[in-house]
Amino acid sequence: MSVDNLSSTDTSFGKAKPSAVQSRRAKKIVPFCLTFIICFATWFVLSGRFDFFHIALGIIACTIVASLSGSILISRRGLENLPGQWLGFILYIPWLLYQVLLANIHVMYLVFHPRMIELIDPRIISFKSKLKKPMSLFIFANSITLTPGTITVFVSITGEYTVHVIDEKSGNSLPGEMEERVARLMGE
Amino acid sequence: MTLVAAIFIVLGLFFFTGGSIGILRFPDFFSRLHPAGKLDSMGLLMTLAGMALYTARDLSLPAILTALKILLIVVFVFITSPTATHAILDAGVRAGLGPWTAPKKKGTR
Repeated sequence: MSVDNLSSTDTSFGKAKPSAVQSRRAKKIVPFCLTFIICFATWFVLSGRFDFFHIALGIIACTIVASLSGSILISRRGLENLPGQWLGFILYIPWLLYQVLLANIHVMYLVFHPRMIELIDPRIISFKSKLKKPMSLFIFANSITLTPGTITVFVSITGEYTVHVIDEKSGNSLPGEMEERVARLMGE
Repeated sequence: MTLVAAIFIVLGLFFFTGGSIGILRFPDFFSRLHPAGKLDSMGLLMTLAGMALYTARDLSLPAILTALKILLIVVFVFITSPTATHAILDAGVRAGLGPWTAPKKKGTR
C-alpha cells in the first residue's frame, strides 16, 4: 500500500495535498461499494427470503466482508478502466463458450473414433506469451485448460506457458486468437 | 420449454458418456485428463442449463431463484474445474511422469 501511495503522489498529485487525500479516500470507497454489491446480490440469490431479518443479516455480513476484502477483489490501481474491462469480460464469455463447444465436439470425435490411437499425438509444448498482467495470465491459462485438447501444465509470472496438447490440431490454435482476445480484454 | 430442457439434458448426458468412454480409451494419465476434466464441464453446463430452464418454466420468484442457484453452480465449476485439472496434471509432471507419445510409424502396441 505504501508503494502505491508513493507512486501516485509522485506522478499526479505533486502539490495538491487536499485533493490527493480526497481522491485516495474515493479510491478506497469504490472497491468497497462494488464488493458490497456483488456480495449482497449473491446473498439475495442464495437466501431467497426477503423479510427484514434476513436482509439485515445480509447487510451486516456483506459490510464486514467488503471492508475486510474489498481491496483484494478489485485492485485500486486500474480503477479507471474497470467498466470497460467488465464489459469486455461479458463479451468474452460467449466467445469462450463457443470455442469450448467446438473443441468439445473435436474431442468427442477423437473419443468415438475407432482408430483413435493413431489420431492422437500427445505432447508437451511451451511458448512465450506477450501478456503481462497476472490477471490476464490467469484468465488465459484457465481458458486454455477449459478448451478441450489443451491443459496448462505450468505458467510463469513472465508469461512462459507449458501446455499439454492431445493432438496436432489442438496445439496449432495456441497462442493464437485467444491470446489476442485476452490482451484486448485486459487492455494490454 | 420442457422439450428444450429435455434436449439440453440429453445432450449433456451425451457429453458425459463421451467423457467416461474417453477416460477408458485414452492411452495414458495425461490424455485421460482431457476427457475427464473437460467433457465433464461441458456436460455439466448442458445438463444444468436444461435443469435451470425446466425449473424456471412457470416464472414464479422461488423458481427463478432456484434456477439462478443452479447457474451459480455452473459458474463455480467453470472456475474450479480447470484449476483442479491443472493441479493434477502439474503434480504428474513434477513427479517425473512423461507423456505417452505416439509410436513412430507402424504402431506396435
